[in-house]
Amino acid sequence: MRYLPLTDADRKAMLGKIGVTNIDALFAAVPKDKLLAGFIDLPKGKSELEVERVMGRLAAQNTAAGSVPFFVGAGAYKHHVPASVDHLIQRSEFLTSYTPYQPEVAQGTLQYLFEFQTQVGLLTHMEVANASMYDGSTAAAEAVLMAHRLSKRRRAVLAGNLHPHYRETIRTVSRMAGDEVIVAPPAPSGSEDLARLIDPGVSCVVVQTPDFYGHLHDLKGLAERAHAAGALLIAVFTEVVSLGAIEPPGAMGADIVVGEGQSIGNALSYGGPYVGLFATRQKYVRQMPGRLCGETVDKEGRRGFVLTLSTREQHIRREKATSNICTNSGLCVLAFTIHMSLLGEAGLRQLARVNHANAVALAELLAKVPGVEVLNDTFFNEFTIRVSRAAAAVVESLAEKGVLGGVPVSRLEPDRPELADLIIVAATEVNTDEDRAAFAKALQEVLAC
Amino acid sequence: MLNRQGRPTAPGETTTTAPDTFSGNRALAIEEGLIFEIGRAETTGVDLEDAPAFAPRLGALARRAPLGLPGLSEPETMRHYVRLSQKNYGIDTGLFPLGSCTMKHNPRLNERMARLPGFADIHPLQPLSTVPGAIALIAELARWLRELTGMSAVAMTPKAGAHGELCGMMAIKAALEARGEKRSVVLVPESAHGTNPATAALLGYRVVAVPARSDGTVDPEQVKQRLSSEVAAIMLTNPNTCGLFERDVIAIAEAVHAAGAYFYADGANFNAIVGKVRPGDIGVDAMHINLHKTFSTPHGGGGPGAGPVVLSQALAAFVPLPYTVVDARGLGYVEHAGAPVFLSARVPGAAAAPASRADAARGSPVQPAAAGGVAQAQPLGRLSAFHGQMGMYVRALAYMLSHGADGMRQASEDAVLNANYVRSSLADLMSTPFGALCMHEALFDDAWLDGTGITTLDFAKAMIDEGYHPMTVYFPLVVHGAMLIEPTESESKESLDRFIASLRMLAEAARGGEVARFHDAPRFAPRRRLDETKAAREPRLRWSPAITRQQAAE
Repeated sequence: MRYLPLTDADRKAMLGKIGVTNIDALFAAVPKDKLLAGFIDLPKGKSELEVERVMGRLAAQNTAAGSVPFFVGAGAYKHHVPASVDHLIQRSEFLTSYTPYQPEVAQGTLQYLFEFQTQVGLLTHMEVANASMYDGSTAAAEAVLMAHRLSKRRRAVLAGNLHPHYRETIRTVSRMAGDEVIVAPPAPSGSEDLARLIDPGVSCVVVQTPDFYGHLHDLKGLAERAHAAGALLIAVFTEVVSLGAIEPPGAMGADIVVGEGQSIGNALSYGGPYVGLFATRQKYVRQMPGRLCGETVDKEGRRGFVLTLSTREQHIRREKATSNICTNSGLCVLAFTIHMSLLGEAGLRQLARVNHANAVALAELLAKVPGVEVLNDTFFNEFTIRVSRAAAAVVESLAEKGVLGGVPVSRLEPDRPELADLIIVAATEVNTDEDRAAFAKALQEVLAC
Repeated sequence: MLNRQGRPTAPGETTTTAPDTFSGNRALAIEEGLIFEIGRAETTGVDLEDAPAFAPRLGALARRAPLGLPGLSEPETMRHYVRLSQKNYGIDTGLFPLGSCTMKHNPRLNERMARLPGFADIHPLQPLSTVPGAIALIAELARWLRELTGMSAVAMTPKAGAHGELCGMMAIKAALEARGEKRSVVLVPESAHGTNPATAALLGYRVVAVPARSDGTVDPEQVKQRLSSEVAAIMLTNPNTCGLFERDVIAIAEAVHAAGAYFYADGANFNAIVGKVRPGDIGVDAMHINLHKTFSTPHGGGGPGAGPVVLSQALAAFVPLPYTVVDARGLGYVEHAGAPVFLSARVPGAAAAPASRADAARGSPVQPAAAGGVAQAQPLGRLSAFHGQMGMYVRALAYMLSHGADGMRQASEDAVLNANYVRSSLADLMSTPFGALCMHEALFDDAWLDGTGITTLDFAKAMIDEGYHPMTVYFPLVVHGAMLIEPTESESKESLDRFIASLRMLAEAARGGEVARFHDAPRFAPRRRLDETKAAREPRLRWSPAITRQQAAE
């Protein structure tokens, strides 16, 4: 076995040193009848070449985003990731290290966490960000729990246009923790009156912008209404590139900002691993979940970084911790930070501009297709169309024509027939004029059938 | 034997008498500023084609103020992050005996497989008909996990160990609710990981501690004394965090089940027993598996992880959405409570491992009532967006296929052998709190340092100077000054012999009164000991220009 360095002679010598005659003597504490005598009924080990064959055949059954005109978004986005990002994250010292419990030999990890926290603070216009959560949806669920702790209330209001998977994640955690959730109905046309749901028992309002259907929202009024009732405003985004073009939630009164960071540096990878971004105000930092990296000095007065404020965390506080999170998204954070460093202010703004331009071009093109209505007045890089037939069948037919043309809303909202004719369509910098033309042509054909 | 060449004969002398460099660099150890100090707002390392003129649709919400993000060109980026990487210790650098974390070799084949476009470049919401290979891979990994654990079902989606704990404990809570019961207490041994009590508390349970007995294991009598109709579950790690197999696990499981409670196992230490003991055979109802520990997906400086949870027949109905189903109709996928969508996946080669009839039946997370379980799935709902950690699944399955049933059993045996070899080679110098043998990790306490003026932390920092990552220190909490060494199966005998020799010389130096060597450590790392108190008292959690000016003034 190519990964196991011990030889049989080594094993024999080592057993001798330990003072036992065979390996099972080391498993003596296991009840005799529970120790397996032979191998479990699974295949024997394989060479690299054989494993590549098996995995290659599985991978070949899937249609890669890069191989077709691709317009699928709704919470995960296909962007171009510079080659240097993937090279750097595979540096052994990054890839094979762990949570920096020994900071003197983990300054590389700690410094990029500090850079990441600062980048997330700048993007969201918030004072403090943590070292990441698992993804956007789990970050949103943790934000609700944090708002409950801060407000000492246990009822959350969720916008109808919050991503349905985020909504369901919050619902599951809340139900199991015994907390209450009020969910507004979806509003695919974009207009929601959430303020009417706020009363003095509400801990937080969770609202997404750009929302699930692509609409942009000014959160200032809602933030004022929430604050007047003693509730927090939690702002969610699923497309972090949008922050290069639109007003950041922190400038509109949000108390906690959470979102998905996959778009920067990370592959689609069928939904994970991704990287959850989590930012808040300085005054709330001690109720924040997750790891935090802080600046300090070493014995010689040189600047260095450590994990800090760990009295919030499970390994110190156990049942009194702010969260049970331990491992987070280290390497995805690194990919995010490197890609964001490469982009910088100028690159991010340009990337956001190209995304928006491509989405506008696509919306104008699709609006001309008979049987298609674009629902959005405002959007960043995705929007919702209403089609004249069942959306799921339309998307399936598009796939048969070699175009991955968006997400039917019914995939995520199967119990709402009134949404069954809606498709969420995303455009990014990877799309070409030819891609858009192919999409419009295929859609026209499918709807004409 | 240990190579003594190049080691300073008078420790500390070199660092105190050598003149400082003008740059602050020390040859290959190069100081590196933050991107905010070396980058510029107008610089970018990404060239993008410009978009033709268009009419924006941002309404009144276009971003007005500058973000303040610095940019770097590509050469600057490479140099910045390569230099940062050189300040890190990884498994590929050297022995990384961090107990409870299973820092084993990360095969690069797995990285290559995860980057195949058919896995890395597929979207979680593209039509299922365009990703049958992805669903087949999830189902295949689930099958391996079930076989290795002897359990009925797997909840694949949890994103890390602690998330898996949450999932498993939610399944237990849901199963109790389905029985019409509401219980309020979870038993957690004192030696447990901090995530266990944190998870139980998150779900509203009161945590009751179970003390360890003098041999480091849990006493079934102590468990029985605390059991009642209010107890929902026990959360037990086995092998436990002292590196010991809970020898009375059967009695504990029987007592817990007799009280109508469930047995949650923390699978952090599964690497000790893969192919040797199946958790399903010792009464476990739910156990999370850290794919980044046992199945070698990279730890990545703190993640991403993956924490699938295997479930017993009693809990199989309470899987979170989404999940795979394999039965006579083929490979199916359930995204919403209700009927599966079936796919025409070709499950190739050995990954196909054409499921025997028995396995096909086991393939379904929901057993028919006749099998003694629950007739209807009552899924928990979602624990996160999408389908879980696909990138980690690919790597873990590549690990499993590479090892096979034979290689995984050998890996566990080697992990246990290596730990016992280290233990028996140090036990005459360093004190061991429990017994004569261990599983995959060797636990020492600090009794042997009594009177030396040297602490466990000092000893750990001195290991850094010798070129080793320290072991886990001060955990488990049940042992004073704990040092938990987990060498894993990835170390050769020669590597272990060098490690043992270094630790023996350090131990002798500690006993011989060489206090400075320990109190001054680390002397050769990129940083000397860091002031964690200052970091917590005056939190600086992000860069700001003001801080830098103030520092310059100091």
